[in-house]
Amino acid sequence: MRLTDAEKAMRDGAEGAAVAKAMDLLIRYGEALGAEALVETRNVCGTVTATTPFLRDFAIQKGGLDAVFSEFNLDSQDVVVTPKVKAFSSHLQLGFDPHHPVEMGVSEEIVQFYKKSEAAAAKMGVQILNTCTPYQVGNVPTRGEHLAWMESSAVVFANSALGARTNTEGRESTSCAMLTQRIPDWGFHRDEGRRGTLGVHLDIPVESVEDWGLFGYWMGDWVQERVPVVTGVRQVPNLPKLKHFGAAASSSGGVEMYHLVGVTPEANTLEQAFGGNKASEVRHYGARERAATLERINANGTDRKVDYVMLGCPHYTIEQIWEAAQLLEGRKVHANSALWIFTPRAIKEIATRNGYTAIIEAAGGKIMTDSCSAMSRAVPPGTQVVALDSAKQAHYLPAILGLQAWFGTTAQCIDAACTGQWNAA
Amino acid sequence: MNTATETTIVIRGRCVVPGVAEGEALVTTQPISGWGGVDPRNGTVIETRHELRGQSFAGKVLVFPGAKGSSGWSAQFHVARLMGTAPAAWLFNQMTTKVALGTVVSHAPAMTDFDRDPLEVIRTGDWVKVDADNGIVTITRK
Repeated sequence: MRLTDAEKAMRDGAEGAAVAKAMDLLIRYGEALGAEALVETRNVCGTVTATTPFLRDFAIQKGGLDAVFSEFNLDSQDVVVTPKVKAFSSHLQLGFDPHHPVEMGVSEEIVQFYKKSEAAAAKMGVQILNTCTPYQVGNVPTRGEHLAWMESSAVVFANSALGARTNTEGRESTSCAMLTQRIPDWGFHRDEGRRGTLGVHLDIPVESVEDWGLFGYWMGDWVQERVPVVTGVRQVPNLPKLKHFGAAASSSGGVEMYHLVGVTPEANTLEQAFGGNKASEVRHYGARERAATLERINANGTDRKVDYVMLGCPHYTIEQIWEAAQLLEGRKVHANSALWIFTPRAIKEIATRNGYTAIIEAAGGKIMTDSCSAMSRAVPPGTQVVALDSAKQAHYLPAILGLQAWFGTTAQCIDAACTGQWNAA
Repeated sequence: MNTATETTIVIRGRCVVPGVAEGEALVTTQPISGWGGVDPRNGTVIETRHELRGQSFAGKVLVFPGAKGSSGWSAQFHVARLMGTAPAAWLFNQMTTKVALGTVVSHAPAMTDFDRDPLEVIRTGDWVKVDADNGIVTITRK
């Protein structure tokens, strides 16, 4: 791999031991990929805090949080002092919500360990956003900006809806990018990696949040890691719709980038979206595909008594919390059911100021932050059947926790929470 | 070992992670998920409906198409190395950021871009020597 003089200096220790370890990992990683160079990035989203008993024990035995950061973030057995970050860096979601340890099933000891780790991350200069949707709370990349982000739903949103450039990075590569402002110049950083390779035409209107989730789930299952170009979009989708669409497509498949012709920034025309590529195949999405996808997502739902309704995957927008509050106002969550809504801390603050938190809590629901049920593996005690308005969560919860899942609209989910029953199809 | 019935095949590829290691092959034609797909505590595949579900990759030469799933892929195999349950070596076809980073932090030799498809040449149970430094895979079958 070609390195600039500045990169060679970092590798050789000019900026300290931790930066040298970070550059060493990025070189090994770039060479593994077959990248020819590194690219500069000033916008990194990753995870540097420690939340598990395994990491707590590692810290105790090997030399504290510096040892954890050295091993798990820099891939270094030598313990180096954790420096401040050089790139603007945002923290992604966690394995639990530290404000709700009882519901999350974590001990006070682990919460205290996490708080030390969060303070250390903040001291490094990492923004404690603690969300899978950093683009909602202060980190909106611009078109063409090179990023180093992990979290598949955020990656597909940044590449596709915003026109920024990132691969799906991991814990170690994002941490090394935070310290060096570099990431391998490969894949979606390069023009040729971003062009469409196959086509999808919409034969039916795709309009609601539910519609976009179903379409995304169908599309991801077909295209896997390839870049689809979608034609036939009749109504321009807003933030909650594209957030759900990308999350669904990156769960059933590995979609990191898509083009919606006439909507997304690198697809003003069909020709631009393909950039000279020929579509290897074009498929149509119609009423039959939609119905089959809904049936597939709901395949393991048999018991209509709903124990738990989870909303906020990916983390809810303030618009979605407003909608949920309107649907809940004056109603009560059923005695045999529970409602948890997940959102970034900053959006919960707005919801509280607007009175939505009070409405949701008066109904018996909870607004939580920092995590979700899939990340935390936490659900209300005794939960066997869950209702969800997220195709991604409906993909993961049955696999991770062995639950039955029902997928539908937000209104159907709120209705299930208030009646304790799944009444939709 | 009865050398009279032993056959040896050599295939060549590109080094992903340098090093030399050998072990028994574990072959799957299905991509592997990290987070939610493997349990690093015992080095087994846990994904529902995966053909290797319940089987251990610890100390094996894992031969697979590539990585899929969450961006937590590397972190799972990083923990597997520390718990002594990571594969001894990796042979795969499709390059992604997930598999590149995950194999790098496993510190086990890894190769890709082969002159012959390892999924067709190698069978589970074969003895495989991976010399990533020289780009050579030697397969011995009894």
